[in-house]
Amino acid sequence: MDDTIRGAGGQLSWPGFITGLSTRDASQPASGGPNDVKAEGNGMGKHATPLLDELESGPWPSFVTGLKRLRDSEGKQYAPMMNDLLGQLEHSYEERLGFWKGGTVSVFGYGGGIIPRFSEVADKFPESKEFHTLRVQPPAGYHYSTEVLRKLCDIWERHGSGLIAFHGQSGDIMFQGCTTENTQKAFDELNEIGFDLGGAGPALRTSMSCVGHARCEMSCYDEARALRSMINEYLDEMHRPALPYKFKFKFSGCPNDCVNAIHRADFAVIGTWRDEMKVNQDEIKKYVADMGRKYFIDHVINMCPTRALSLNDDDTLEVDNKSCVRCMHCLNVLTKALSPGDDKGVAILIGGKRALKVGDLMGTVVVPFMKLETDEDFEKLVEFGGEIIDFFAENALEHERVGETIDRIGLPAFLEAVGIDPDPNMVKHPRTSCYVRTDDFTEEAEKYFAKHGKKSDAAVAAE
Amino acid sequence: MSENTQPRTPDEVGVPDPMQYMHPVLKKNYGNWDWHDRPRPGVLHHVAKNGDEVWTVRAGTQRQMDVYTIRKLCDIADEFAEGHVRFTTRSNIEFMVSSYDKVEPLIDKLQAEGFPVGGTGNSVSMISHTQGWLHCDIPGTDASGVVKSLMDMMYEEFIKEEMPNRVRITTSCCQINCGGQGDIAINVQYTKPPKINHDQVANVCERPAVVARCPVAAIRPAMVDGKPSLEVDEKKCVCCGACYPPCPPMQINGLESTKIAIWVGGKHSNARSRPTFHKLVVANLPNNPPRWPEVAEVVRKILYAYKENAKDWERMGEWIERIGWPRFFELTGLAFTKHHLDTWVGARHTMNMSTHIHF
Repeated sequence: MDDTIRGAGGQLSWPGFITGLSTRDASQPASGGPNDVKAEGNGMGKHATPLLDELESGPWPSFVTGLKRLRDSEGKQYAPMMNDLLGQLEHSYEERLGFWKGGTVSVFGYGGGIIPRFSEVADKFPESKEFHTLRVQPPAGYHYSTEVLRKLCDIWERHGSGLIAFHGQSGDIMFQGCTTENTQKAFDELNEIGFDLGGAGPALRTSMSCVGHARCEMSCYDEARALRSMINEYLDEMHRPALPYKFKFKFSGCPNDCVNAIHRADFAVIGTWRDEMKVNQDEIKKYVADMGRKYFIDHVINMCPTRALSLNDDDTLEVDNKSCVRCMHCLNVLTKALSPGDDKGVAILIGGKRALKVGDLMGTVVVPFMKLETDEDFEKLVEFGGEIIDFFAENALEHERVGETIDRIGLPAFLEAVGIDPDPNMVKHPRTSCYVRTDDFTEEAEKYFAKHGKKSDAAVAAE
Repeated sequence: MSENTQPRTPDEVGVPDPMQYMHPVLKKNYGNWDWHDRPRPGVLHHVAKNGDEVWTVRAGTQRQMDVYTIRKLCDIADEFAEGHVRFTTRSNIEFMVSSYDKVEPLIDKLQAEGFPVGGTGNSVSMISHTQGWLHCDIPGTDASGVVKSLMDMMYEEFIKEEMPNRVRITTSCCQINCGGQGDIAINVQYTKPPKINHDQVANVCERPAVVARCPVAAIRPAMVDGKPSLEVDEKKCVCCGACYPPCPPMQINGLESTKIAIWVGGKHSNARSRPTFHKLVVANLPNNPPRWPEVAEVVRKILYAYKENAKDWERMGEWIERIGWPRFFELTGLAFTKHHLDTWVGARHTMNMSTHIHF
């Protein structure tokens, strides 16, 4: 296992020591506002970047200005790397092509988590010929103290490029730009202060949760606990990729789904509630008075997707909770008057993904509701997550997401495999196609009635 | 570094516990928040059930941040906030303070340092985006540059809350669409089949895996100039680029090939309507660094047609659902073509199976 730190093609990496740099102390970068850094003709042989320079003007913070600050940090080990990185990026802007290729780089003990990048134009830009990314799992909910952020910066100044993305689309902190040799050093230091690599390749991926319980009244469960319980239980699937393809969990505290779970997650956990929403009628009256009745009716009552709301003549709100689908619209508008009920829990939707290869899929309801409050509830959730991972590992084809597997075999077969009974909340409507064999329909109906504590018509007739 | 040293065994700590880094008011009231409002754009005010209050100031960042920028944000958090921050899923940074009188000085400092304050409520928030030429191995464009150009154009809409509802924009550098679904999505769309370097295919690509990757079964093994390689049935090829990541000699990018398409009406929230995917509006826009002016112009047209015509709380897709696609194309001045008619599996379900027709 001591030969895991290798570049592409199995060659041991070039040490990448920096030569030819001024050693005088200059802890502050030559930074400042847009366009105050001239790229041409100075001692460091800075690459001219006329196209990138155009991205320094304008009011939005410029990533180019940031890259230049790193390049101009004299005495820092990453300055030459960032000069050549800027050179290569300018070259991309000229040619309208990317010039990175992948490879194999990992840290000792892990198979995934590093995104290797080797330059295809290293002859022109040798200092950034290796520019790997460390995907590092953030604290759930993206909370940081300035103290820990500064530590992350210090580590990345010692071993990496000084460029960090908070956060990548995978949900990771992206430590972008590291030589093969320094990858292990950077990871060791990050790991020593409590951070771990995230997922890449055919593996369990880094997860995301919304701010939730930490600062949101809509939150219906402890998202951070659910995320950490799940991911930390199955870390082996993240660090040693052995699944057919990627597998993502995402955790949103309510149906506003701020982490995009239904679109993007194989396993989406979305908070909701079963009992009646809470209504503070005094606050409703204040909202009606502030907005005006017409605005209130047009933008609250009439926008309810299931016509579950009605404004009474005394400006109080009537809610038909049996018709309400917990879409969140009225709660979003009337934050002070409406709240989720007390009987909170989660819905689980399985199978979301983007286009490759069968086309986009959203997650679909597999568990309409489960409680998520007690230790046992969380254990049950984690256990169910494990069952789905196992199902995926055993049944998916190579490079197939679980949503595609379910499409291939049909939802009934999937439900049977994971031991879940069909539920009308799983569909928009029952099937419209008659191409189905129904000779065991009566037995299936008996099961449904048995589960729901009712007698079927057939059973009643027999008595 | 000694070559004989056994590397350190990782401590598999997994996801860090956020409690150790969380703002104390958030930690104290974890799971016990009551309501919130927004006193001004860029500021959230949350009240806990016990009456505790916290104000959050949200600011835009360039996402790809140098350590100097991060440390500057830390300095601001230490001096003007209370030493804790968090990031949103769209790479905005949030500073939490426990009294309202700390809000204005914090905003002033952020603005003075060049960080726009906004991105809350019915604003255009930061564009969620991908890595691009800076770091990706298969990118068609540079999302960071596209995003910088667009956020400059939409700056006022970030710092104000003047949109009918929130606007969530995404940018992706290839059709894998790592940027995700958006009210507006700016995505690379390839227009030509891959150009194959037959000298390299056998050495670099696992050919059966590449054949299996194609969504339209257009790739087959072939001998080319006596070498085992792959060939593409260009009549079948939909130019999606799916073969390129597992087989880099099948170059999908090129000046003539790599174009940009704009999609609208993606929504991830369940509020009002069910979540939706975004739909094609324009394809074949030039991939034109460093400022992508043609893309910015189309985004501007769509954004302001929405701003001027949608009702409060309607998201982009809901607005179009109400006014109808004919009116959308009319209001934006964009063309409807045969390419807007879906041809993929399930396409029939996207057609108008009714006489609900807009005039």
